[in-house]
Amino acid sequence: MQDNLLSTSFCGIRMNTPVLTASGTFGFGEEFADFVALSRLGGVCVKGTTLAPRRGNEGVRIAETAGGAGMLNCIGLENPGADIFLQETLPRLTKYSMNIIVNISGSTPEDYGTLAEKLDVPGVAAIELNISCPNVREGGIVFGTDPRAAAQVTAEAKSHTGKPVIVKLSPNVTDIKVMARAVEEAGADAISLINTLLGMEIDIRTRKPVLGNVTGGLSGPCVKPVALRMVYEARQAVSLPLIGMGGITCWQDAVQFFLAGADAVAVGTANFVNPAVTMEICDGLEAYLQANGMKNIRELIGALEQ
Amino acid sequence: MTLPEMKSKVMEEAQVRTQKRLAEGVYRLELSAPEHARHALPGQFVQVQVKSPGVFLRRPLGLAEADTESGSVALIYREVGKGTAALAALRPGEQVNLLGPLGQGFRMDVQHPLLVGGGMGLSPLLCYAQHLWRHGAQPEVLMGGRTAAELFWQDLFAPYAAAIHLTTDDGSLGRQGFVTALLPELLAEGGYDSVAACGPEIMMRGVAKVAQEQGLPCEVSLERRMGCGLGACLSCAIDTAHGRRKVCKDGPVFPAEEVFC
Ligand SMILES: Cc1cc2nc3c(=O)[nH]c(=O)nc-3n(C[C@H](O)[C@H](O)[C@H](O)COP(=O)(O)OP(=O)(O)OC[C@H]3O[C@@H](n4cnc5c(N)ncnc54)[C@H](O)[C@@H]3O)c2cc1C
Ligand SMILES: Cc1cc2nc3c(=O)[nH]c(=O)nc-3n(C[C@H](O)[C@H](O)[C@H](O)COP(=O)(O)O)c2cc1C
Repeated sequence: MQDNLLSTSFCGIRMNTPVLTASGTFGFGEEFADFVALSRLGGVCVKGTTLAPRRGNEGVRIAETAGGAGMLNCIGLENPGADIFLQETLPRLTKYSMNIIVNISGSTPEDYGTLAEKLDVPGVAAIELNISCPNVREGGIVFGTDPRAAAQVTAEAKSHTGKPVIVKLSPNVTDIKVMARAVEEAGADAISLINTLLGMEIDIRTRKPVLGNVTGGLSGPCVKPVALRMVYEARQAVSLPLIGMGGITCWQDAVQFFLAGADAVAVGTANFVNPAVTMEICDGLEAYLQANGMKNIRELIGALEQ
Repeated sequence: MTLPEMKSKVMEEAQVRTQKRLAEGVYRLELSAPEHARHALPGQFVQVQVKSPGVFLRRPLGLAEADTESGSVALIYREVGKGTAALAALRPGEQVNLLGPLGQGFRMDVQHPLLVGGGMGLSPLLCYAQHLWRHGAQPEVLMGGRTAAELFWQDLFAPYAAAIHLTTDDGSLGRQGFVTALLPELLAEGGYDSVAACGPEIMMRGVAKVAQEQGLPCEVSLERRMGCGLGACLSCAIDTAHGRRKVCKDGPVFPAEEVFC
């Protein structure tokens, strides 16, 4: 393992590789310990955490999309709440020596401030503001589609924590550049993108929506071109470090995100199909850098030829 | 009796040994998968990756048989959609990737349990009967089907069951009615020490109720749509007496009173 090729620093966080896992797709990391050297990951973004526990949505919560290029989910932010996370989960995770990024979600800007403050504890590397969850009625997507609301949430979180604040953008907007600039101006330390695209499937036999929540978030290989384009556009718009994600399933996909300007990448849905995929992506990236005579991943970032 | 050592999960390229049609739309797939065969506990399942166009997520299937000596496992499944159709098209020598063994299986500290199943729910119960039999226990089986043709399972269970009891909806074989028509008298007279049920949820609820009335511990195996199978995606989260649990990781086998309350 030649991870010095991949070692990097992101918002001051030392990362052995620039390959992270996306919130909601990797549990708390421990679920994948049989398949992944967790400390080799740049970080694990844990499941969206809210102030109070949430039980999520009723009914069918995931569906493979027709054509098999992705999936829809409407989990609805099921989580045990920030207090249980801090008391029970976080202490259990220290043994893995991984960077833990806590993805947070609130119904009001103040919620984000309260959560950011609660999570400003040793063992948390950064917080990621989920302002883009399509599956909860209140908050969530509203903050992610209105630049003023996004800025307000960002500022609220920033003023309550000393940790780096990563803002996760929604792709369900007309112009991602506007959103990126708004959160940069509000003081975000980094941006991650994309969250899921709103989608739907219908069972033609029953004529009912497949998902219990009717609509859900689309992820997986089918969203990759959209995600890549949005990372590329965000790169033009802001100078903040970026975590690119959306449909990454192999190292070749990851290379494309780095070329488009991502400083790190996160892998989501692909973990469900191959729980060891992040390690394979790290290996593939190393081989690619070596084959191209590069000394470090940083040489690849934004190296798109036009 | 000693339990097999609890081992971690693996991903294993499994080679098809045989593919056999058991009944209309139902197949038994025997795979060479030594790691799975060695570590599998009855009631556990695998996430099968069928590499076929249009299939993306893995498909959860219960382990129907596991044989350490030959290093093989068997899956018994009904063809219901594109994933199981692709599975049914596999021929000897071809490969599928297994992720497992996953979840918590049935309890092994019993001597004379009654295993109650219907439909594909009989698949994990077959594995349970095999394991118990090999450990010297005396399982009996109560199986229900719509017609006699659905009870092809008898032959599969015969080597591993002290007795097999049958019900059919149309009365074409065994007692007419659902399994719950025969269950009260069986439990009253059979001297069982426990009950395990797998099948349609309405059947399991009925079985659990009768078992409870007779004061017998009852385990049930639940089925929910799954994404990862590892407890990460929360697709299969349910309410239990102990709060939210994941069927893939904390189950699929649960004590009935924890999930039917
Ligand atoms: C723990 C567990 C063990 C199982 N064991 C067996 C078994 O031993 N034998 C057997 O025949 N079946 C079993 N099933 C059901 C089996 O997983 C589904 O029939 C199968 O996934 C259908 O896939 P498909 O592509 O053919 O159908 P499609 O309808 O094309 O599947 C589309 C999606 O829905 C999911 N899905 C569809 N039906 C079900 C279902 N009933 N349960 C869960 N997910 C579903 C699929 O996994 C897939 O993601 C089990 C399910 C679970 C959760
Ligand atoms: C089952 C599931 C649950 C998710 N939960 C969250 C969440 O809690 N918070 C969040 O910010 N994003 C969540 N996401 C979005 C992912 O983190 C990621 O942004 C998205 O899936 C795109 O990446 P992918 O195509 O690699 O999966 C979830 C995605 C899936 C599939």
